[in-house]
Amino acid sequence: MRPFEYIRAQNPNDATQSAADGAIIIAGGTNLLDLMKLEVMAPDALIDINHLELNQIEETENGGLRIGALVTNSELANDIRVRRNWPVLSRALLAGASGQLRNKATTGGNLLQRTRCLYFYDRAMACNKREPGSGCAAREGFNRILAVLGTSEHCIATHPSDMAVAMRALGAEVETLKEGGTTRRLDLDELYLLPGDRPDRETVLEPGELITAVVLPAPVEGRQTYRKVRDRASYAFALVSVAGILKIEDGRITRADLAFGGLAPKPWRDTQVEAILVGNRPTEELFEQAADQLLAEAQGLGDNDFKLPLARRTLVSVLTELTQEARI
Amino acid sequence: MQTNLMINGTQQQLELDPRTTLLDALRHHLGLTGTKKGCDHGQCGACTVMVNGRRINSCLTLACMHDEDEVTTIEGIGQPDNLSALQKAFVSEDGFQCGYCTPGQICSATAMLEEVKNGWPSHVTDDLDGQADLSTEEISERMSGNLCRCSAYPNIVEAIRKAAGEGA
Ligand SMILES: Cc1cc2nc3c(=O)[nH]c(=O)nc-3n(C[C@H](O)[C@H](O)[C@H](O)COP(=O)(O)OP(=O)(O)OC[C@H]3O[C@@H](n4cnc5c(N)ncnc54)[C@H](O)[C@@H]3O)c2cc1C
Ligand code: FES
Ligand code: FES
Repeated sequence: MRPFEYIRAQNPNDATQSAADGAIIIAGGTNLLDLMKLEVMAPDALIDINHLELNQIEETENGGLRIGALVTNSELANDIRVRRNWPVLSRALLAGASGQLRNKATTGGNLLQRTRCLYFYDRAMACNKREPGSGCAAREGFNRILAVLGTSEHCIATHPSDMAVAMRALGAEVETLKEGGTTRRLDLDELYLLPGDRPDRETVLEPGELITAVVLPAPVEGRQTYRKVRDRASYAFALVSVAGILKIEDGRITRADLAFGGLAPKPWRDTQVEAILVGNRPTEELFEQAADQLLAEAQGLGDNDFKLPLARRTLVSVLTELTQEARI
Repeated sequence: MQTNLMINGTQQQLELDPRTTLLDALRHHLGLTGTKKGCDHGQCGACTVMVNGRRINSCLTLACMHDEDEVTTIEGIGQPDNLSALQKAFVSEDGFQCGYCTPGQICSATAMLEEVKNGWPSHVTDDLDGQADLSTEEISERMSGNLCRCSAYPNIVEAIRKAAGEGA
């Protein structure tokens, strides 16, 4: 690890000021320190935000939940309100990492964790995300875990978070604080950028911008599930995952909020998939049509070709599970 | 930089390079070599300790981030003449082979049993609103952050179940 200066933030403005001056924010450290040991990230200074009071989960006026950026993945998964009213989020969190890591990983850090692409991690290989302009060794390399949607010729990395996939299905928004004190709210679609020709830019956050909270809208009716497909039963990243919230009334689907992990550079949501489902009776044929839409633009690069049929089968299976009662 | 840690009930004052992980502080600066380094990247659980009662990977955190925190290592859980229930059960159930992963397994299981008592669900718990049991599936899922290169898993699960039963 390269030497760095360690600074502890006393208040949020401290943090944004230091970060605007070039320090990197450290929360749980479970992703950042991993990357610093490999010198994939080599900050001159770290600004530790762990002493800021961003660790509360509070109800909002309209029945939603405001989750402080420092709330750990364990605390959030175990919050009884989340377990009862936003179960897809508990499920996604519990499917991620390990008990030890979830105790340290924070809500803000989880959203901003970097890709697990092997070429991003290996400094001997070309990677436009790590070193802009150096090329992408993954395209022709071992790309089994990498993306099939939303990629560019410059980058095919996936966003690895499970939590963010559930939050995308739930329509969560992040609250941020910028240097100078202005705040803003972004939904997750706005937060994350697709790689295009600048895969090193992953979000719209400005230098120094601190995530202070994630806000969940009021709970919605319907069934919720998170399905994660991976190489081993636990403690592994998703190859494909689906977060689904689905409601049926009078035999027809009236809500279908779906987000996907493991397929794209950001938690993926395609409203056209949802539009195919809503208003219709749940049949296997309809589910296949939804999968056709999801994968219309999907492209494998060899090793990851299997993700197309896997995503199709996972989506159909999740929709079958969520509509089971209505179809008997 | 100066860091104060309460380790196994004793206040320790350390002067550390900020790069020092909690794991290296324990092993290299305090001689507490019970905590092991396997991967140094959060992937194996050999370095598991408890900080303020919660299990974490000590390799993925900096010692200086834990100023004034309470750390419990395997040395604090029990000693040869004063073994904890889990330590005894690992012996009686033959819950290890080479023993390298064992301190991490025991620290992890000690905190895990508290999590279960506090009603925390896991990935394999059917009812998010109910109380989880200690089935093999539950124990395996909750302990998945601790790898065992010797694959002593069946006996590790038995040891944990036994200790949990005796504690209840
Ligand atoms: C072995 C292993 C297995 C894992 N498996 C999974 C898995 O299956 N599923 C999954 O989803 N994740 C998994 N993870 C990743 C884990 O979830 C992340 O490492 C964790 O969520 C990151 O949170 P953190 O608080 O530790 O972030 P940090 O490492 O502290 O920070 C991560 C990034 O976010 C930035 N940051 C942090 N907080 C803020 C903030 N408030 N405002 C602005 N910027 C901020 C930091 O500057 C840094 O760039 C795994 C990790 C490991 C090591
Ligand atoms: S040494 Fe920390 S998890 Fe492997
Ligand atoms: S007993 Fe050898 S690694 Fe677990």
